[in-house]
Amino acid sequence: MKCENCNNPATVHLTEIKAGKKIEKHLCESCAAALEGIGNAKGHTPINELLTNFVMAQSGGALKEQTSTCETCGITWAEFRQSGVLGCANDYRTFEKELAPLIQRAHEGATHHVGKVPTRRGSTTLAPKRRVDTDKLKKDLQRAIEAEDYERAAKLRDQIRTAENA
Amino acid sequence: MKLNDLTSRAGEWLRGNGPMSEVVISSRIRLARNVAGHNFLSRCSRAQRNSLETKIRTALLAETDQFAKGLFYVDLADAPEIDRQLLVERHLISKPHATAEGARGVAVGEEESVSVMVNEEDHLRIQVLKSGLQLEEAWEQINQIDDVLESQLDFAFHPRFGYLTACPTNVGTGIRVSVMLHLPALKLTGEIEKVFRAAKDMKLAVRGLYGEGTEATGDFYQISNQTTLGKVEEDIIQDFKHVVIPKIIDYEHHARRTLLNERLTALDDKVHRAYGVLRAARMITSEEVLLMLSHLRMGVNLGRLQGIEIRTINEMLLMSQPAHLQKLMGKKLEGDARRAARADFIRKKLGVA
Repeated sequence: MKCENCNNPATVHLTEIKAGKKIEKHLCESCAAALEGIGNAKGHTPINELLTNFVMAQSGGALKEQTSTCETCGITWAEFRQSGVLGCANDYRTFEKELAPLIQRAHEGATHHVGKVPTRRGSTTLAPKRRVDTDKLKKDLQRAIEAEDYERAAKLRDQIRTAENA
Repeated sequence: MKLNDLTSRAGEWLRGNGPMSEVVISSRIRLARNVAGHNFLSRCSRAQRNSLETKIRTALLAETDQFAKGLFYVDLADAPEIDRQLLVERHLISKPHATAEGARGVAVGEEESVSVMVNEEDHLRIQVLKSGLQLEEAWEQINQIDDVLESQLDFAFHPRFGYLTACPTNVGTGIRVSVMLHLPALKLTGEIEKVFRAAKDMKLAVRGLYGEGTEATGDFYQISNQTTLGKVEEDIIQDFKHVVIPKIIDYEHHARRTLLNERLTALDDKVHRAYGVLRAARMITSEEVLLMLSHLRMGVNLGRLQGIEIRTINEMLLMSQPAHLQKLMGKKLEGDARRAARADFIRKKLGVA
C-alpha cells in the first residue's frame, strides 16, 4: 500500500470516526508526522534517567531535607539519593514530601495507590476503598471502539455507568 | 522434590502449548512485598537478615498446601554456584539473587509455575509463570498466594503509596507483568524497532530473555510494565491482554505473512540453514544455539519444517544452557568441552548421531 500523500510505502494506518463515519488514512511515517503529528515523536525518557536527572537536579542545592534522617533505619535523604534504594517502610513517611514528586514522575503522574489493599487481621488501620478510575475506563472504551472490539466496548460502557452511579 | 530432579524435565511454562504460543512464550506476574516492622534489606544487619529469612521461610512452608503443590525451599546462601545458575536459567530466581550474599532463598512449587524469592531487593518477590498468554490465570493464582501469605505475614502498606518497596519505582501495587515474546519475523523485516518505540511510548520496558540488564538474544523479548502506582492490577493486566500484546502479535503475524508471500526462499534459507547448523555442528555456543533455535521455531510455526515439535525446541533452549548442560553431563565443563557437549546434546535431540 502506498502513502496517500506521497508515493512512499504507507506504514501508518489510521482509522478515525467522524460524525459516525469511518475514515481510513494510509500514510508513510514522515507524512503521518507532518500531517497528523503521529510517529517520529520522541520516546518517553526511561524511568532510571528521570530518577537520575531528578536526583542530580536536587543534589546541587543546599536543601534542608539533606540533613533529615529516618529514625527507624537511620538513612538520610542524601544517602537514598545516592543509592536509589530506601532503608525501611518508615522512610515513606519521613521523606514523604521529598519522595512524592519523584514517585509521581516515575509513575506517569500518579500520586495515590489504587488497587489491592491488604485485609489485615486485627488491624485497626482503615484501608482506602478501591477507586474505579473512570478516565482510564473511558480511554479503554475509546480504544476498544477503535479496535472494533464491540463486545469489550459494551462491557466497558457498563463498567463506566456503574462507577459513575456509585 | 529436589533441585537435581529439575534438570531432567522442563517446567510447565516451557511446554509450549499455552494460548498464542506461536508468538507468546510465557506470561509472568510478580509482586514485591515487604514485612512490616523490618528494615528493607540494604539496611539489615546480618542477624536481622537471618531472622527475616527464617520468618518468611517458616510462613511459606506453613501454608504450602494452600498455594503451591510440591513446594520445596532452596537455601541459596548454602547452594553451590551451579545450582543457583540452574535456577536462573529456569527463570525461578533473578541473576542478582543468584550472586548476592547473605541469608536468602527461593521457594518453588506447582511444577515451577510458582516461585517466591526471599530477601531479594524486597523481602518477598512472588512470581507466577505460565506458558503462552495466560495473564488473567496468572493474576488469579498470584493474588491467592498473596492472600495466603498475608494471613501469615504483615506486609508494609501505606494508605497513600500502597505496598511499600525498597525502590520507589515498584511502590503501589508492586506488580510487574511481563510477557515473553518470540518475534523473529519482525526482526527479519527490520520492523522490530517500531515495536520498541511503541512500547516506550506506552511506558513499557523491553528486555532480553533474562530480564533486567540482559540483551535480547535469538529474537526473544520480554515486555513489561514500569508504572506500578495509580493503576489497579486488573487494569494493567487487561491493558496487556487486550491492547499491548494483541497489537504486537498482529505485527508479528503480518511480518510472517510478508515473509511467506514475498520472501519465501529467503525465509526457507534461514530456517534450513539453522536446521543444518544444529544437525551438523560439533561445537556450538549457547548464543548460536539460541539464534538457530529461534529460526527453527519460526520455521516449524510457519509450516516450513516438519517433524519437530515446539516442545522439543523449548527443551533444547533450556537444556543447552551452561548449568543445565553441566548437570546433565554430571561434570564441570568449560570452553571447547562444553561447546562440544552442547553440540552432541542438540544432535541427539534432533535424531542425528
